[in-house]
Amino acid sequence: MSRRLLLSLVVVAALLLPAVSTLAQNDEFVFGLVFVGPRNDHGWSEAHYTAGRYVEEHIPGARMVFFESLNAADAPETTLEQVVDEMVGEGAQIIFTTSDDFEEDTAAVAEKYPDIIFVSVSGDDVLAGTAPENLSNIMGIMEYGKQIAGCAAALATETGGIGYLGPLINAETRRLAASVYLGARYCYEHYRGLDPDDLTFTVTWIGFWFNIPTVTLDPTEESRRFIDNGADVVISGIDTTEALVVAGQRAAAGEAVWGIPYDYKNACGEAEDICLGVPYFNWGPAYVDMIQAVRNGEYTQVWDWNGPYWDDINDVDRSAVGWVNGNGLTEEHAAQLDEFIAMLAETAPEQITKDNIDEPGQQIGLWVGPLNLQNGTVLAADGEIVPPSAVWYLEQLLEGMTGSSTAE
Amino acid sequence: MHREETGAQQLLKLGIGLAAVVFSLLLTALVILLAEASPIDVFEKIVEGIGFSGQGADILRISGVINFWIPLLLVCTGLLVTFTAGLWNIGVEGQMMMGAIFASYVAQFVFLPPVPQVALEIAAAALGGALWALLAGVLKTRGGVHEIFGGVALNNLASIFSIYLISGPWSNEGGQASPPFRSEALLLPYNNEFKVSLVALALMVVAFIVIFAVLRGTRWGLELKAVGKSQRSALLLGVPTERDALQALAVCGILAGLAGSTRVLFTYGNLRPLVSGGIGFLGLLVVLLTGTRALWVPLISLLFAAVLAGSTRLKIALQLDQSLVGVVQGILVLMIILANGVRGRFFAARQAAADGASAAGKESAHE
Repeated sequence: MSRRLLLSLVVVAALLLPAVSTLAQNDEFVFGLVFVGPRNDHGWSEAHYTAGRYVEEHIPGARMVFFESLNAADAPETTLEQVVDEMVGEGAQIIFTTSDDFEEDTAAVAEKYPDIIFVSVSGDDVLAGTAPENLSNIMGIMEYGKQIAGCAAALATETGGIGYLGPLINAETRRLAASVYLGARYCYEHYRGLDPDDLTFTVTWIGFWFNIPTVTLDPTEESRRFIDNGADVVISGIDTTEALVVAGQRAAAGEAVWGIPYDYKNACGEAEDICLGVPYFNWGPAYVDMIQAVRNGEYTQVWDWNGPYWDDINDVDRSAVGWVNGNGLTEEHAAQLDEFIAMLAETAPEQITKDNIDEPGQQIGLWVGPLNLQNGTVLAADGEIVPPSAVWYLEQLLEGMTGSSTAE
Repeated sequence: MHREETGAQQLLKLGIGLAAVVFSLLLTALVILLAEASPIDVFEKIVEGIGFSGQGADILRISGVINFWIPLLLVCTGLLVTFTAGLWNIGVEGQMMMGAIFASYVAQFVFLPPVPQVALEIAAAALGGALWALLAGVLKTRGGVHEIFGGVALNNLASIFSIYLISGPWSNEGGQASPPFRSEALLLPYNNEFKVSLVALALMVVAFIVIFAVLRGTRWGLELKAVGKSQRSALLLGVPTERDALQALAVCGILAGLAGSTRVLFTYGNLRPLVSGGIGFLGLLVVLLTGTRALWVPLISLLFAAVLAGSTRLKIALQLDQSLVGVVQGILVLMIILANGVRGRFFAARQAAADGASAAGKESAHE
């Protein structure tokens, strides 16, 4: 009898032990991520989700809570405020709202929860001076990645036609589309020896970050239209991979076309053989820095625009923006692209912050005159550097690009 | 109709209903297990998300449920009218959108003290919804376009129009939404705990009671029923079927417009793409599920609002694949259909047998 009692006690103890040890593990740190799309979109949201997992691997005790597809079409029953309420209830001490779409709502909830740190990704509240202290902004200098993408497209194109699938129109999407264009012009001239004015560079804005039936243009349809109209490289500026998928289908049908996805390191997987490469965000290191700061009580408000780590732009622990070559790139083109990247590295600031953005002499790769805006006004005279703030707040597409600069 | 039921019959009815519920729950549990999660956790989190847990009720979460219930029940109430008249008002989603757009116009460009301001916004929303519904109606009665096709087209048009406004004349630099409305133009929550607009809640309750009474107790309600059962016979009996159909659509449009106004004036505080969020379509589902039995509509719509709002908590706490919530919702539909169908069939057959296959026997399956 007493042996049985002893045995049961041992069993109970064994069962309780893990529970007790979890209780003792008091150093759990909860952080929240809010995505505008699904976490497995092979694009923008997945890049953030990957970063969340990176944080969990690199900070002991860190636990991610997330909410995906927060938008009026997919989650009509939920607002950002309700999601934040629930995350705070779960113990989150810092919440990353990972879409431009959340910018205004994030500022409002940051006022409501002054003790929680909010990071509005891609926003400018801090730069504009409208953010409460507990709200920071981070973004990657994707302008580099996009210049590389443009160069790869120019190296590959046979028709001289490049289609750029844009989301909605704002300063961010304009400057990224324009960066692709700059990269394409440069490489068309310097590596191909062709006249960059012969390039046809067309931007189509679908109206949102990803396809919402009846609301946006259909990105699949628009990608096909690019190819039907003579483009042979389709470049994605949206959160999802339709451009590459369509290029893959057309290539499988025997056409000589290529695609360049966006945002997510493994995005080429959708059509590997005709993928020229992908410019992607690596949010992990910036997330880790922010979370460590909050955890150590050392948080200060930042507006950080983080560039590549030039010694190795694919260094997962240091580089905020990277580029991976795709199988569609020939060896010769890959070598030329390496040369191009090395050239970008010479000019580049690795991080632009709210404190140094106005310092003169900071050149983001090819953002140097002579450059005109789409309506012909001069953006920069010959040899004049476009200051980072003018790139950030780019008011129009550049001269030579086809597509709308504003929504009207 | 057979009101008198024996105790045994009632017990049997209850039993069949319960069996359907249990069957659906088991099915849900199985799906959740296949997704490698614990069914008990899932149900627990949904119930917590609705606002009930071991620590008592959470007023804030309950508010979340009510805030989704308000536009849903408004839409459902409108659809009761059109379904009674035999109309498939698919265009309800676009009518919501138009209500939202009209309300947004007043919110941005008319400046009055709070009370008349909000009153005018709501009136404008009702007008917008009604006009859009009448357009579908006129397309049907004058153009011979079935209301389903007209409705789908008008839904698209309303959506495109809202996108145009948001990205063009009403654009807020950088965002894909109109600028936030000033606070005097908004429906405000009762307080920080019970975050529900009492005005919106009152609209919902009054609208349902009025429509319920009208459908039950007025000549117009009777006419709609006649039109719904057989338009041809109703016309022959002297019912102005065309006028009634247009009126039914207008009433539904008004209520859908009100639903749309709560989305912009309360939920979001500005106009956004797809602000109607599919609530109109969900309303169609709810009313169809109830078999147009008005008294069930508030309950079933509340059930859907609760599961959806509760799922916010579920998604964050368990981090399951988000499609699982869709599966749970789908099984909820199945559950209601099963409970309805099995019971209806069973009793229709029994009563038909008991009545010697009289016509009244079949009625009970409907009313």
